[in-house]
Amino acid sequence: MSDVVHAEWTKLRTLPGTGWLLLAAAALTAAVGTIAANAVTCPAGSSCQIDPAKVSLTGIDLGQAIVAIVAVTVISGEYSTGMMRVTLTATPGRWRVLAAKGAVVGAATLVTGAVAVLASVLAGGLLLDRHGLTPAHGYEALSLGDGTVLRAAAGSVLYLGLIALLSLGVAAAVRDSAVAIGVVLALLFLFPILSNVITSPGLHRHLEQLSPMTAGQYIQATTNLRSLPLTPWQGLGVLAAWTAGAMLAGALVLRFRDA
Amino acid sequence: MATLAPYRSELRTGRDGFAQLLLAEWTKFRTVRGWVIGMVVALLVIVGLGALTGANSECGVQLGPNSPTLACPAPATGPGGEWVTDSFYFVRQPMAGNGSITVRVTSLTGLYSTSGGFASDQNPTSGMTPGVQPWSKAGIIVKASTRQGAAYAALMVTGGHGVRMQWDFTHDVAGLAGKVSAASPRWLRLTRSGDTITGYDSADGAHWTRVGAATLAGLPSTTQSGLFAASPGYSVNTTSLGGGSSKGGPSLATGTFDQVSQQGTWPAGRWTGQDIQRMTDVALPASAQGFTQAAGRLTVTGSGDIAPDTGDVDTIKKTLAGTFAGLIAVVVIGVMFITAEYRRGLIRTTLAASPRRGRVLAAKAIVLATVTFAAGLVAAAVTIPLGERLLHESGNPIPPVTALTWLQVVAGTAALLAVSAVLGLAVGTLLRRSAGAVTAVIAGIVLPYLLATIPGILPVGAEQWLLRVTPAAGFAVQQTLTQYAQVHTVYTPGTGYFPLSPWAGFAVLCAWAAAALVLALFLLRRRDA
Repeated sequence: MSDVVHAEWTKLRTLPGTGWLLLAAAALTAAVGTIAANAVTCPAGSSCQIDPAKVSLTGIDLGQAIVAIVAVTVISGEYSTGMMRVTLTATPGRWRVLAAKGAVVGAATLVTGAVAVLASVLAGGLLLDRHGLTPAHGYEALSLGDGTVLRAAAGSVLYLGLIALLSLGVAAAVRDSAVAIGVVLALLFLFPILSNVITSPGLHRHLEQLSPMTAGQYIQATTNLRSLPLTPWQGLGVLAAWTAGAMLAGALVLRFRDA
Repeated sequence: MATLAPYRSELRTGRDGFAQLLLAEWTKFRTVRGWVIGMVVALLVIVGLGALTGANSECGVQLGPNSPTLACPAPATGPGGEWVTDSFYFVRQPMAGNGSITVRVTSLTGLYSTSGGFASDQNPTSGMTPGVQPWSKAGIIVKASTRQGAAYAALMVTGGHGVRMQWDFTHDVAGLAGKVSAASPRWLRLTRSGDTITGYDSADGAHWTRVGAATLAGLPSTTQSGLFAASPGYSVNTTSLGGGSSKGGPSLATGTFDQVSQQGTWPAGRWTGQDIQRMTDVALPASAQGFTQAAGRLTVTGSGDIAPDTGDVDTIKKTLAGTFAGLIAVVVIGVMFITAEYRRGLIRTTLAASPRRGRVLAAKAIVLATVTFAAGLVAAAVTIPLGERLLHESGNPIPPVTALTWLQVVAGTAALLAVSAVLGLAVGTLLRRSAGAVTAVIAGIVLPYLLATIPGILPVGAEQWLLRVTPAAGFAVQQTLTQYAQVHTVYTPGTGYFPLSPWAGFAVLCAWAAAALVLALFLLRRRDA
């Protein structure tokens, strides 16, 4: 198994695009988070309902799209060049190939995510303090020493990892990179758009609970947890369930269809 | 000795005109099963999500704890067919034929509630804060009848916008600036002549200035005319992050009038006071409103507003919520229309057959845009009536929309999809990689829209900025709500108001597509295929 993982790591590492994309994912995540934190204003004397951790981590919304590109390309790129047949000849155990790809992409994403989240939280802590989110307004300084902030930060890294595996599973199932990335982005973006316009309270709530993006990002919540339809870890669990479903579908297609 | 004749194809020599190129690209599109299926899926998903949204957006009002839920009532309809708020205290007399009314206003005061409602029907004003709203108004009015939504012309002093002449809800003209007080009173005069009502204001009752003239077609010979007061709901909206909390409640305004003089045919009777109001209006109950008359001085207290209705959701836009799903599908197809050629090496055949590369890109763009536009047109034309019907059945009032606006939304949605697909084609040509191109276009269009329109993710300023410069601005073309300067409400993307007008927003998307096409053309010519 370690040979397979090593082979996959060599393939991922030596593609010129991978490094740039992961760098872009980290940089854009931190940049968007910084811009969002910088845009916050909390006028004196008012109680603004701001979740400092969630604002600082707004960039995850964009970062996840780039992570999805990397993960989709790991499989779809091989199908488009025919490399897949070489890979499967070298490693006939197809599930091992998928597992190895998942391990490599997941690890690369977790490292990228950790860098991005750390930068976002540090920038958010510096900026939000200057924009009135001070202890005087009832806000603790944003710091990883705080349990809920640590959960938001670590959870966001896991969130990115799960998005990468979700994209990998979808790509294994549909093979074509354009279709795969379209399916992943539709899965992420459509639920929040629909739940925003559907006013029926029951369906609205169910859509939020089912949405991989909305529910998954409950892990970033540090304030007002009671208003969420799920707890933070349950929310991340919803995303994990989607990821497991996608990986299962991908594994079955990979196993039972000709490459 | 036999000579070998060189091979000559029996086929007629083909022509490489642009029509042939279009036909070739159309054949490519039509014969790839996945693209045709994708286009049909885009169409069906727009219709299906529109139906889902329509069927799951119940609107109901309950008059008491045990009474049945009724459908949400529609607001009154104004003379132009639009929805209006028409709620005020009216001190009136019938005026037969032409005539005029002149008054002096010496004060405008008010009360407002910050608690979201009023204390009780018996004592509604208890606990309210003194102060006038910027658009609290008191003045004189000539109205076709006391029916809500009837044509009118009014001249008024306002809490923060000076003297105003307004008519038929949507028209608003400024007169003398400044606040009214006993030391600085305002004289107001409305004169009716046929269908035309002219407003004049004056600071001293001697020197008059014409403020404006309203033509109210079909005004009956006898109008209800007199004094009025109204005050729209007080609201403060926190525009910072985290949900945009708002607090507010109904308010009322009291105007003090004297020197009332009437020309023309008026009955020699007393004034009649009437509270023009309906249950759903943001206004205080009738017990808080009224008028008193003593020694030539009239004080009128009213609540509500005479203005276009801005408090409703954009129903048509709501039925088209599935546009995003369709957009993702057509962008994927648009990108693949070119990247599939690179992947299979077909691009070399294509460029060998038609060496003028710009024409290849143009033919692809035209075929793609035409097919997507047609699919989008069908999808929007089916979805809007279907969604409105379902919304109506689940209790939502359906706003009146002119045929031109309807056409703008249907054609605009189709064009939005077509231009997005072409943007996908151009970015696909630039990047040659499907995954990157699809992500760039979808993240460029859908993500800004998501961040801008879901309240509480970004501050309002950032939301509006996103909908001005990113391709997501194109979604403004689906908007049917109008902003009115004379109505104070929350005009943010979260409440359905785009910072750009429908076609200006669409132009932003077109500019992105055009820039990407120019860059794609440049690189397509320069790079080896």
